[in-house]
Amino acid sequence: MTDTATATRERAPATLFGLIGAQNISLLIALVVLLAIFGALRPDVFFTPRNLINIGLAVTILGILAMAQTVVIVSGGLDISVGSIVGLSTMVLAVAAQETGSIPAGILAGLLAGLIAGAVNGLIIVYGPVNAVIATLGTMSAFRGLAYLMNNGNSIPITGDGLRTLGIGTLFGLPFAIWLLIAAMAAFIVFTRETVVGRNIYALGGNPTVARLAGIPIRRYQISIYAMSGFAAAVAGLVLASRTMSGQPASGSQGLELEAITAAILGGCALQGGKGTIVGAMLGVLIIGVLNNGMILTSVPTFYQLLAKGALLILAVIVQERQRARSGE
Amino acid sequence: MTVPVVSVEDVSKRFGAVQALRDVSIAFHAGEITALIGENGAGKSTLMRVLEGEHRPDAGKVLVDGQPVQLTSPRMAHGAGIRVIHQEPEIIPELTVAENIFIGDIKARAGLFLDRADLERRSLELLRTFGVIDVLSPGQRCFGLSPALRQLIEIMRALRPGARLLAFDEPTSSLTEDEAQRLFRVIRRLKADGVAVIYISHRLREIIELADRCVVMRDGSRVADEPIAALDEQRMVRLMVGRPVSDLFNRRERTLGPVRLALEGVTTRRVEGISFEVRAGEIVGLGGLVGAGRTEVARAIVGLDPLLSGQMAAGGRPYRPREPADAVAAGIGLVPEDRKQEALLLMQAVRDNVSLVVPDKVSRYGFFSRRRERALVARHVAELRVKTPSIDQAVSKLSGGNQQKVVFARWQARGPAVLILDEPTRGIDVGAKAEIYRLVESLADQGLAILLISSEMPELLGLADRILVMQGGRISGELAWREASEEAVLALAMRSGRETIERRVS
Repeated sequence: MTDTATATRERAPATLFGLIGAQNISLLIALVVLLAIFGALRPDVFFTPRNLINIGLAVTILGILAMAQTVVIVSGGLDISVGSIVGLSTMVLAVAAQETGSIPAGILAGLLAGLIAGAVNGLIIVYGPVNAVIATLGTMSAFRGLAYLMNNGNSIPITGDGLRTLGIGTLFGLPFAIWLLIAAMAAFIVFTRETVVGRNIYALGGNPTVARLAGIPIRRYQISIYAMSGFAAAVAGLVLASRTMSGQPASGSQGLELEAITAAILGGCALQGGKGTIVGAMLGVLIIGVLNNGMILTSVPTFYQLLAKGALLILAVIVQERQRARSGE
Repeated sequence: MTVPVVSVEDVSKRFGAVQALRDVSIAFHAGEITALIGENGAGKSTLMRVLEGEHRPDAGKVLVDGQPVQLTSPRMAHGAGIRVIHQEPEIIPELTVAENIFIGDIKARAGLFLDRADLERRSLELLRTFGVIDVLSPGQRCFGLSPALRQLIEIMRALRPGARLLAFDEPTSSLTEDEAQRLFRVIRRLKADGVAVIYISHRLREIIELADRCVVMRDGSRVADEPIAALDEQRMVRLMVGRPVSDLFNRRERTLGPVRLALEGVTTRRVEGISFEVRAGEIVGLGGLVGAGRTEVARAIVGLDPLLSGQMAAGGRPYRPREPADAVAAGIGLVPEDRKQEALLLMQAVRDNVSLVVPDKVSRYGFFSRRRERALVARHVAELRVKTPSIDQAVSKLSGGNQQKVVFARWQARGPAVLILDEPTRGIDVGAKAEIYRLVESLADQGLAILLISSEMPELLGLADRILVMQGGRISGELAWREASEEAVLALAMRSGRETIERRVS
């Protein structure tokens, strides 16, 4: 067993280095290498502020999902339905906005839909009981089906300035969406490091029997964690809807679960649970974001991009298993 | 003097900080039954693993027929005629009795098909020898067999041709008196056939009855090797413990307070009609054989197993837990049997492990106060003298005894009214054991109500104010400490009755 998980979670982050954590240094190096490669391949566009903001926007949705996924994985679970919940929540938002004529009502309905979808996952997993992978594999299909059903498989345009402002507005030169990501990141970091509930989630994932015997109500925890994951997906859906000004049953959200899980694992989450950090996951998100952006700029065909993303996930797990074997956990 | 079949000379083996074996020399002769005794952690099992080829000694050698051999794999040891019968039989439930006995040695017809007739003939022979022909049939699947029968199959497996040294590791711990006697007959016949036998047991009476010679181990060393005639039970115990047992315990009358925990007719899927009370300041022992339902009583109390009928009260109020969280809230703490699987977060630090059950004492509005946490944990860790470089040390790096103290510190921090201890000294060395005993006594003196589950007889007899003995999921009797003895407890634990008959037909 290693104590790095504890160490990074506990030492006060007095410096930026301390905040990033020692075991994330290799991720940082990988990120710098990627930046250098794409910077060299497309010196004309890659490092322009515009492109960097593009990367930032592109990783907003993924970042929110990856941080929530990190909490789910730390608790010993997995949520592969998040991409579908993103799609579903945009559809609910669009329909509700259309019916009520009010954007805030639409946003509220979309967020609520995500929360409920996540809670459904949690209830199935706890009271089935159904293995988390299987349960969310099932709901991945079911929620997507539901999203298609809402308008016969078509997207729904949204009109309303409130939402558009959210999509294109800026504050101090940065888009709202990026501020949202920064706020979410701060909230997740404080939650996982500084709160009792956050610490109990590490205990739950480390050994559910121990956690249960110590008096942690693990069922309530699990249901809440999946509900949180669904809610986070709906927040990501809100960002997506504000950018496309529409409810999209599938476009823009399909395959997000793969990227979110890849980022979390790249960031050091152990699939066995009990280990993982928000900062690590965000570094994973940046790596994926830069890779996506770089591959587009260097005109790598989409099919190769899919191939690369799949390979990256498997590679991340292999590297992690090797490290685990070496440290003798 | 004849050449021993197998002997070890100056064998040493170290695991990390623990010297498991220290210059051990023992010779095992043909036709001789050598008893091997010692406390848990004395090195008996490690010695068996060396003989089996599972562990290679750091120093010293193993000789077969006077010739040094390198036993590098269990297969080699098996080939040399060394067989160890383990306490936990490895029986494949989907296979038949005959197949389980002869696994790895099943003859094939035309090089492909099972020779069922041959299998049946060979196993019938064995079943007859053991007198279990009316209970087991060769073609029966092993699914659901009682522990005793599984043990028997494991023994028959070891008896296959070529056995020269047979080691029995606590073979009778799950057997009834009758079954044990039958086993002894088999062992005596093996002896007559010239097999060297090693017999490991905690039951000293059995050893005096059966063995020719007794080797005593303590802290990895061989401390005595004498003919059985030269020993009596008291001396054996003194040799094992290294001091008179009574020194480990501080036996005196305790002042009892009000009833803290009461069970009345508690029935779950595993236990039936359990009724007893534990008072403040009292240590109630729960004895019995492995599998008698003691841990299941603890599971019912902390809300892991639902009650089918009966009721409980904690601190005088009705108590009906649905989750262990309810038990914690009602002031009931559990130190579980399996430290690594059920008590500790091995990936985390001593500090996290201690503060786990006291979130309200180390936080404000749900946010951690590191300062409070450090102060609280440091105080309890120091109080229990946990040997750790710091409270940030990963708990997995501590010794078994110190890990157990961390679990105790966790509950100390919480301050429960009732503490359930399930095998609190399992896998802990003698020194740390003595510390745990003093700790348990002082907790009782502080007014905690303690329920002590233990398979270690000296512990039960030395600590408990009264002992409830379980058998087959029920309480079969109660003994006050003045009338309790090893024999009295065992008699209640193995009283032949309905359960025994049930086990036979199952």
